[in-house]
Amino acid sequence: MTSSPTVHDVIVIGSGPAGYTAAVYTARAQLKPLVFEGVSFGGALMTTTEVENYPGFKEGITGPALMEEMREQAIRFGADLRMEDVDDVSLDGPIKTVTVDGEVHQARSVILAMGAAARHLGVPGEQERIGTGVSTCATCDGFFFRDQDIAVIGGGDSAMEEATFLTRFARSVTLIHRRDEFRASKIMLERAKANPKITFLLNTAVTEVEGEPKVTGVRLRDTITGEESKLAVTGVFVAIGHDPRSGLVRGQVDVDDEGYVQVRGRTTSTSIDGVFAAGDLVDHTYRQAITAAGSGCAAAIDAERWLADQE
Amino acid sequence: MTDTTSATVAVTDDSFSSDVLSSSTPVLVDFWATWCGPCKMIAPVLEEIASEKAGALTVAKLDVDANPATARDFQVVSIPTLILFKDGKPVKRIVGTKGKAALLRELSDVV
Repeated sequence: MTSSPTVHDVIVIGSGPAGYTAAVYTARAQLKPLVFEGVSFGGALMTTTEVENYPGFKEGITGPALMEEMREQAIRFGADLRMEDVDDVSLDGPIKTVTVDGEVHQARSVILAMGAAARHLGVPGEQERIGTGVSTCATCDGFFFRDQDIAVIGGGDSAMEEATFLTRFARSVTLIHRRDEFRASKIMLERAKANPKITFLLNTAVTEVEGEPKVTGVRLRDTITGEESKLAVTGVFVAIGHDPRSGLVRGQVDVDDEGYVQVRGRTTSTSIDGVFAAGDLVDHTYRQAITAAGSGCAAAIDAERWLADQE
Repeated sequence: MTDTTSATVAVTDDSFSSDVLSSSTPVLVDFWATWCGPCKMIAPVLEEIASEKAGALTVAKLDVDANPATARDFQVVSIPTLILFKDGKPVKRIVGTKGKAALLRELSDVV
């Protein structure tokens, strides 16, 4: 275990719109942020197709392209970006420590922006068929399902977006949702409903993914009648939401019942002085690229003011 | 995306047999595409591994968009997929993004 003697003003953990925006703002504030982007840098937008609602991009922009822009903007102002996962943190006291690959980094403040991880179905046959037909990234894998019958699981915007996107390749897309109400926004839902290649299968839960090893179908259960059935598909795209990636800081900062990091009022302050949180790690209400970016900005300003008050 | 100092080699459907299957050193093939965000995440890690393991391991990149036949032959339906070839045979398959340490651990029994 080595320890660097430098005490940074601020360490940002996580990337995505929240982390990169916090990096841009703290870098411009001359705080020389050290940013641990993680090996899955860029966050949830890296698996998103077209982002049509990020203001300033009137023609839309792909998720990865938007992240690349933000990343380079942070670099331009001198943020020190590291593509590494944080192993451990110690957030109490005036000097916080962040351990990465055996090396201990110190900072006076920390901005948490680890985002949220895609949820899995948790049914038999799912995990072992990731890579042989089960996918959590439609943009990555849609290409391989040309003229095939596939299923998208979920009822939110991500599910609608993926289903619509996948009709570019697939012969048919069956959207399977365990209820008959949708979290999806009206525009996304209507677009999917209007697509002749998409069939909705509602009040239906997936109970198993079958195939040896390539996916051949899913077993289904009607959530009202309990009736069981099968659907032959070669691809299963899972878009059933996300869970906050708060494991690293649990037991230190306060989190709510679902694991979201709690912040005070309209600020980004967590239960620990000098520790701020932003983006999907905190937000179970809006979860948009723009709200994540906005809260990343707020965290940077909160951290900057907090640091100034400590002088 | 041209990187003149790249430590990895680009392979195609046409060159796959000579560059990968007939190679005397093990070859780690990265099945990727320009439209794949997570593929961009692992690209820098693969460059590092390619430089550090030069001589013992070749890291090859195969663009599945331009070279669909090879992807089909090895039943790649999710990217990034990494397949390690030794003596012309696929001996290990890694799907999804992984950090450098985790990747090296996966490769340690071969390289």
